[in-house]
Amino acid sequence: MSTGARVSTGARVSTVTTPAGRMGALARAELTLFGRSKATLFSALFVPLVVPISTRSAFPESDLDEAGLTVGLVMLNAAIGFSLLFAVYMSLTAIFTARREELVLKRLRTGELRDTEILAGAAIPAVVTGLLQSLLLAVGLTVLVDVPAPEAVHLAVLGVLLGLVMCVVLAAFTASYSRTVESAQVTTLPLLFVSMFGSGIAVPMEVLPDRLASVLALLPLSPVMKLVQGGWSGDLSASEALGSMTLALAWTLAAVFAVRRWFRWEPRH
Amino acid sequence: MDSNEHEHVIEVTDLRRVYGGGFEAVRGVSFSVARGELFALLGTNGAGKTSTVELLEGLATPAGGRVRVLGHDPYVDRAAVRPRTGVMLQEGGFPSELTVAETARMWAACTSGARPTEEALGLVGLVRRAGVRVKQLSGGERRRLDLALALLGNPEVLFLDEPSTGMDAEGRRDTWELVRSLREGGTTVLLTTHYLEEAEQLADRLAIMHDGRIAAAGTPAEVTASQPSRISFELPPGYFVGDLPPLAELGVSGHEVDGRVVRLRTRELQRTATGVLMWAARAGVELHRLDVRAASLEEAFLRIAREASGAPATERERV
Repeated sequence: MSTGARVSTGARVSTVTTPAGRMGALARAELTLFGRSKATLFSALFVPLVVPISTRSAFPESDLDEAGLTVGLVMLNAAIGFSLLFAVYMSLTAIFTARREELVLKRLRTGELRDTEILAGAAIPAVVTGLLQSLLLAVGLTVLVDVPAPEAVHLAVLGVLLGLVMCVVLAAFTASYSRTVESAQVTTLPLLFVSMFGSGIAVPMEVLPDRLASVLALLPLSPVMKLVQGGWSGDLSASEALGSMTLALAWTLAAVFAVRRWFRWEPRH
Repeated sequence: MDSNEHEHVIEVTDLRRVYGGGFEAVRGVSFSVARGELFALLGTNGAGKTSTVELLEGLATPAGGRVRVLGHDPYVDRAAVRPRTGVMLQEGGFPSELTVAETARMWAACTSGARPTEEALGLVGLVRRAGVRVKQLSGGERRRLDLALALLGNPEVLFLDEPSTGMDAEGRRDTWELVRSLREGGTTVLLTTHYLEEAEQLADRLAIMHDGRIAAAGTPAEVTASQPSRISFELPPGYFVGDLPPLAELGVSGHEVDGRVVRLRTRELQRTATGVLMWAARAGVELHRLDVRAASLEEAFLRIAREASGAPATERERV
């Protein structure tokens, strides 16, 4: 140990940190960790790229034709939905839980990072992954599987962005009642299954009975998927689009409230 | 905001902390720490040291009372306080898959006025371990990393929660040396420890906590002086306590007899010891198992722990 610690506290010529700088540093560290965790890499990168292909043969084309859908559009919805669920929601639930149990969140809170910056900064790599994946899958499917060009790109983009934010907040909420990374694999299942089958990700809403579909349309990811689908088909009216946006925002705000109320920054004593 | 205006860098008044289950970990603690002072909170495990320090670090809000660090509420005004404080938690949390250098780089980018990371790692002797993942560090090395990060921003106020726990003897000496040099450089340090020697070596002032309260406080010398010294010996065969000179004349403030062993407490060690030895010389007897012990911080500590846990047992059970 040296005597370099003898620094006058009076002379503080200093670089003052900014929220963007702090979150960037955290994001960089999380990105490094992301690359070092095989489990996260698998569920975040592999699953969303492979699973949608399996939906290709799930529904007879005749049924889809009747509902005004094509195989390509079904795969596209599945691709974006799985990307939101696996690359963002599930991996972030595990990350938030792991960092809390490792006392990383508690240690970070002793520094200059604000609470929201900690969660947002740690979420950046997953959000960027989800965004790039959605983009890549959309372009890939358009080129490879006769998906028509989107009629209203802005709605699809809006849907994906809302979905990303919502999944980050829902992940923080789910982490607040997940005790370990292992239990986070279980606590994420309800939303995963409900969304896959009820929000038009693995099963198109159009093949479900109308009354059931109108109830399921209230699920968190349903408005997101509706915006994405509407973005491609272009047959979403302005009021429908606004309704979906409002519903997605309402879910996000409810989740924000729940996180502020129940999120734990350190393990239970 | 001129920091020199604040005579007391840390001010704690009637602080209380209650956990979710209703457990009252801190029950009315008050103390203050002047600029440049090193203040130690001493106590057994569960005494409430960490619960208190976490309130000073601004990690939680108190159930009652008031905390001021550099004149601010550390929880509400964290933006004003955090750039000027350095914190080492009792158990640091760093992602196990990051290397030492990656961890330090991340922290430096989140710390205003951070010194170069190599310099910070150099302070704690971790430069050679820079490329090692945190999970491969020993317990002591992890504490050193934690300390290095606490020092990154040249903090005016440093909170060290059991800094040397898990370190080997050499690491502990190095850490003490470093803490001393920081104090000489003007850093205000609040340290918790259950190593008496650590408090005795480093602290300008200290407080002994027990059961969420401060049981004794002052300079190490003051706290020690508040305790009696002790003399014990075995009565020679055929002698009884009554054969000793009148105890009050020897300056004895209390005594007990345990079989053949006599224990005397005194605040005038020289007078009592002289009296006992003169008596033995006059009687021509040898005092076996003779033990003359000046008051020490350890005595004070053990007595506080004993008394406090003995007397209000009923109160503790109510919790």
